[in-house]
Amino acid sequence: MTTDVAVPPALPPGPPGGGARPRSRFSVPGGTALGVGSAVLYLSLIVLIPLAVVAWRSVDQGPGYFWRAVTTPDAWSALTLTVGASILVALINLVMGTIIAWVLVRDRFPGKAVVDTLIDLPFALPTIVAGLVLLSLYGPESPLGLNLAYSRAGVVLALLFVTLPFVVRTVQPVLLELDKEMEQAAASLGASPFQTFRRIILPNLVPAMLSGTALAFTRSIAEFGSTVLISGNLPFKTQVAAVNIFSQIEGDNTTGAAAISTVLLVVALVALVSLDLLQRWGSRRG
Amino acid sequence: MAIEVRDVNKSFGTTPVLRDVSIDVESGSLTALLGPSGGGKSTLLRVIAGLEQPDTGTVRISGVDATRLAPQRRNVGFVFQHYAAFKHLTVFRNVAFGLEIRKRPKDEIRKRVMELLELVHLEQMADRYPSQLSGGQRQRMALARALAVEPEVLLLDEPFGALDAQVRKELRTWLRRLHDEVHVTTVFVTHDQEEAIEVADTIVVLADGEVEQVGSPAEVYDNPANPFVMRFLGPVTEIGGSLVRPHDIEISTEPVEGGTSATVSRVVRLGFEVRVELQVEGRDAWVQVTRGFADQLALTSGDVVSVRPAPGARSLVLATV
Repeated sequence: MTTDVAVPPALPPGPPGGGARPRSRFSVPGGTALGVGSAVLYLSLIVLIPLAVVAWRSVDQGPGYFWRAVTTPDAWSALTLTVGASILVALINLVMGTIIAWVLVRDRFPGKAVVDTLIDLPFALPTIVAGLVLLSLYGPESPLGLNLAYSRAGVVLALLFVTLPFVVRTVQPVLLELDKEMEQAAASLGASPFQTFRRIILPNLVPAMLSGTALAFTRSIAEFGSTVLISGNLPFKTQVAAVNIFSQIEGDNTTGAAAISTVLLVVALVALVSLDLLQRWGSRRG
Repeated sequence: MAIEVRDVNKSFGTTPVLRDVSIDVESGSLTALLGPSGGGKSTLLRVIAGLEQPDTGTVRISGVDATRLAPQRRNVGFVFQHYAAFKHLTVFRNVAFGLEIRKRPKDEIRKRVMELLELVHLEQMADRYPSQLSGGQRQRMALARALAVEPEVLLLDEPFGALDAQVRKELRTWLRRLHDEVHVTTVFVTHDQEEAIEVADTIVVLADGEVEQVGSPAEVYDNPANPFVMRFLGPVTEIGGSLVRPHDIEISTEPVEGGTSATVSRVVRLGFEVRVELQVEGRDAWVQVTRGFADQLALTSGDVVSVRPAPGARSLVLATV
């Protein structure tokens, strides 16, 4: 993600060369090497090696097997459902999350602090509990008379619930930091409120909106706990990829599970990288 | 008149910020709103720009009642203390913003923006982003951006307040020259009396939400309407119950007619200027003299001297407490 998201309103730069602080004894080149070394080692142990093992396992019976494993009708159906639902969920959250962040920052209403706290609930709640809540609210015994259980709509609903905070929480701080005088300047230059929003506010929010969306998307494709109850895990209909992986492992097909995992991994990576590239392109273009 | 403000009142909550403020700004003039912080000068500027609504009173711009007009429709250029640069846009696009909103043809925009960038000496910086500019450059960009839409009035809110002393001095001389070139009616807010005196044609002194005095720099300096204005516009000292500028005091080692006896408590040499600190009738006072004169008198602490306001000096009799 770009780091220029939350730069505070322009401060005059110091005198030339004034920024260079005398080097402390902790920032000698050796210290940097130690820091980089431990970061790389830690990342390798926690992230890179396990991921590499999964990718390795997925092809240990040859690329042909890998391809067959991910294109079995149930696996393929689970993958397309997961990616499709995640794209939908990411887009809905992009719009709704931005609106919620806007309301929380710019509007005043009673109970705002409560709403602000509630946003984090999907993060705090164990996802299986979220699944249970959704099942009792939108399941067969729904008090609202709205039965979404065992349907793809139910899957989308569960994913919407757990990924709600991402866009809100990435956009909110940027919006808070946004220089109000920029908007006043735009107004005095003749821009209507809509023009100010589109030309001034939105471009400043886009990087945060995109990173929030990327996080929501990648979280969605991996979601297990919240969807497992409400979806009913019907193969070809409501079974998501994570549940499919789980059932492959239960069926002792670890290579197949690894293959599907690798596909998810690649999709997540592609999503993150492409959104990052989009942001860089956007910030260069201005 | 380019701007006529009449009986404007404005409160934030229960705190009155502007009280019955009326000012006239002549077309083509360069006016300073001068006063201490919290005196209401920025609020007055924002009321003129439409960024704040007055509680009562009217604002007319070029003869048109603008009191209820949105800022978009007032045709004023506004420059903020902290630049309010559009940080996602290049310098060129920042300056072009108002013209793009007005849907001017591309090549006209290009021509006008480049002219303005030349005027503010930023033609080399057109493709940079605001974060790549120094504070002074950003403020010049903001000025070009405000001028781009050919505003009827240009309003600057402490435009040099965020800059360091050196850049500040350069920019104010430059602003004066710029105004002489473009002649747009300009009002700027400052709390720096030197800045106001150096740059403005007219100074409006505001304190506690009220206009204390309006006049040319010489008028407000030499004929202050009240002790507050006198104190705010320059150094003062008190001798014999009157407020006098320290450079308007005659000092003599011999008793003189109309003089007050004083004891020298300290002589401070500040380069060319010498500050003679005195005790006059039990109160502290000081006199500013040239170095040559001080050497001639050869004053040391403890000397008894006689002081009186120089002939023609402006002094204000203070109300006896």
